[in-house]
Amino acid sequence: MNDPIWLMLVKGVLVFVMLVLLVIFTIWFERRVVAIMQVRPGPNRNGPFGLLQSLADALKLAFKEDIMPRTADKVIFIAAPMIAVTCAFTAFSVIPMGPEVNMFGVETALQLTDFEVSVLVILACSALGVYGIVLAGWASGSAYSLLGSLRAAAQVISYEIALGLAVLTVFFQSKLMSTGAIVEAQAEGLPMSIGGLDITLPGWYFIVLAPSFVIFVIAMVGETNRAPFDLPEAESELVAGFATEYSSLKYASFFLAEYVNMITMSALAVTLFLGGWAAPFPNSWWPGANEGYLPLVWFFGKVLAFLFFYVWLRGTLPRLRYDQFMRLGWKVLVPVSLVWLMVLAAMNIGLDTANDLPTRIAFAGGAAIAVMALIFFWPSRKQYEVPAEPDAGVGGFPVPPLDLAVPPNPRALKELEPATAPAPINGSGTASSEKGDE
Amino acid sequence: MIDLAQTVAQNASMGEAVFFWILAPIALGGAIGLVLARSAIHAALMLAVTMMCLAVFYIMLSAPFLGFVQIMVYTGAIMMLFLFVLMLFGRDSKDSMFETLRGQRLLAICLGIGLAALLTSGLARAVSGLVVPAEQAAWATGAQSNVEAIADALFSTYLFPFEVVSGVLTVAAVGALMFAHVAKKGGHKGQKEHSRERFAPGVYPGPRPGPGVFATSDSTATPALRPDGTVEPASLSPYVPPRQLTAAETAPKHTEGKDA
Repeated sequence: MNDPIWLMLVKGVLVFVMLVLLVIFTIWFERRVVAIMQVRPGPNRNGPFGLLQSLADALKLAFKEDIMPRTADKVIFIAAPMIAVTCAFTAFSVIPMGPEVNMFGVETALQLTDFEVSVLVILACSALGVYGIVLAGWASGSAYSLLGSLRAAAQVISYEIALGLAVLTVFFQSKLMSTGAIVEAQAEGLPMSIGGLDITLPGWYFIVLAPSFVIFVIAMVGETNRAPFDLPEAESELVAGFATEYSSLKYASFFLAEYVNMITMSALAVTLFLGGWAAPFPNSWWPGANEGYLPLVWFFGKVLAFLFFYVWLRGTLPRLRYDQFMRLGWKVLVPVSLVWLMVLAAMNIGLDTANDLPTRIAFAGGAAIAVMALIFFWPSRKQYEVPAEPDAGVGGFPVPPLDLAVPPNPRALKELEPATAPAPINGSGTASSEKGDE
Repeated sequence: MIDLAQTVAQNASMGEAVFFWILAPIALGGAIGLVLARSAIHAALMLAVTMMCLAVFYIMLSAPFLGFVQIMVYTGAIMMLFLFVLMLFGRDSKDSMFETLRGQRLLAICLGIGLAALLTSGLARAVSGLVVPAEQAAWATGAQSNVEAIADALFSTYLFPFEVVSGVLTVAAVGALMFAHVAKKGGHKGQKEHSRERFAPGVYPGPRPGPGVFATSDSTATPALRPDGTVEPASLSPYVPPRQLTAAETAPKHTEGKDA
């Protein structure tokens, strides 16, 4: 990246404006799509198709009263939303949105910056962005917020491991850690010969690294605190979790950060697994499809497909319980990613023709055995055993018998014994009820 | 070409110097703040600031991989775990300034200064004769990339120490788990067990009566009456002591602004 400084500034502003516009669009998009899924119209009053709804919401949020709780830690309470927003916007800087184009007379890539290890920038920013959420919950000085931030800390640490392992397989396969170079590496097709038939599969990594892609997509939803993994802000359990005490622009910043994070993670998934800005068809169909500004269409089309997936998840799945969520992360995603990483490494050695035959057979065979052992020894759900003693009830569920004689409450009996003797309570009770009747 | 390289190197060192003089005070301030902060969370945040400044220093010294891994692992994961534990202590827990050992603080300051002097002098002696070659950015000249160089060192020269350290860390983690693990006594009670207990003979299976049932008023202060007029004791909260109002409490408070 050898851009002149003015061009860097222009690109930075463009990326910022693009992200903000996309956030405004995504909020409207989410509400409309969820509404269609729930058979209702959704916001349709402000502007054509209700497109200006999020603008109106943003204005309303900005003019709300800014409340600082008495028990808040003031400096951190103000700094937390800033951390969240800064990290969210910074992460997008390394996403490649298109090939080299001629911008204001300078040849430059449609990407703010790129360097040797640029994928790590996104991971580092998402790791730092959690500080915003965690500190917000702690600084609010309320119990719900603290619970929300504890959940956020545990959630992001555990899902970042699975996310990182999924990204590692991409590093393994491409031997690159730069976003732009990974996109270019996926442009080459994958020659395959199955039974004498030579076909060229697309080189996008979601085919070669299918398990990683699945793990990445699951971990990505966990990392961005979105439904069904939105435990830190679970509105039915924690009111709004870390955001309970926030209002006005500070709350809007968390909102903004969440949507920017969604967009960044979608863009990262597109970059790593779906060929980045490359057109979704072979180059021979339309030779000019991957040149100039046209790839922006493919890139944003793919990102929007991912955003739709986010909304679809939210409209379909109920929120997971916290222990189920942690079990999924630590007992399924992390072990599967680890085994898959080792298998991939072994397969790469086994398929490399530079190695001698025994080595290749040993590694490829070892990988196959490892996969089979994982499938074979995967702990299965406990089988339902028919109980030996028949349960008096419907379908094994204990229900009260039809001729249930309700026994007296032992607690009531014990406490009432001294009270039954004197009559005046009885008398005064009837007296007062008579008085009420008059 | 050589002139160009020299100007680039000068510019880089110029930028490096500017960033160094901006970030070094922040890093130092974070370190000092860590020692002086009264609240544990503030101390942890100061440490995070210092770590991030160090990461930027690594990146400036053409070690971007090391810098970003420092941010991800130390600032992102390890400090976050620290915060997690500190938040569980509650936000009002502050360091007590009471000296449990007599003269402890003075001794600690002296020893700290001594350690700092020892480390600084040792480092200074080790580094004083070192000549840093001008062309440091190996990956820029196309030789070996940062990542490859680290991998090469880690998995050839230092393979054995690396494995030993990872083994020790794993043992430590498993040991901590063993200490913290508490086996549940008597197993977990399921829905079926709870239900059986509820319908066991002699236990009243219905819900407790709510306050105000069969009462002449729907105030929660009024006990529930049974159909025969007696007070239902289960409707009296044990946390609200029954008492009579005093004459002052029953007197009109003139809240409507009217006398009499």
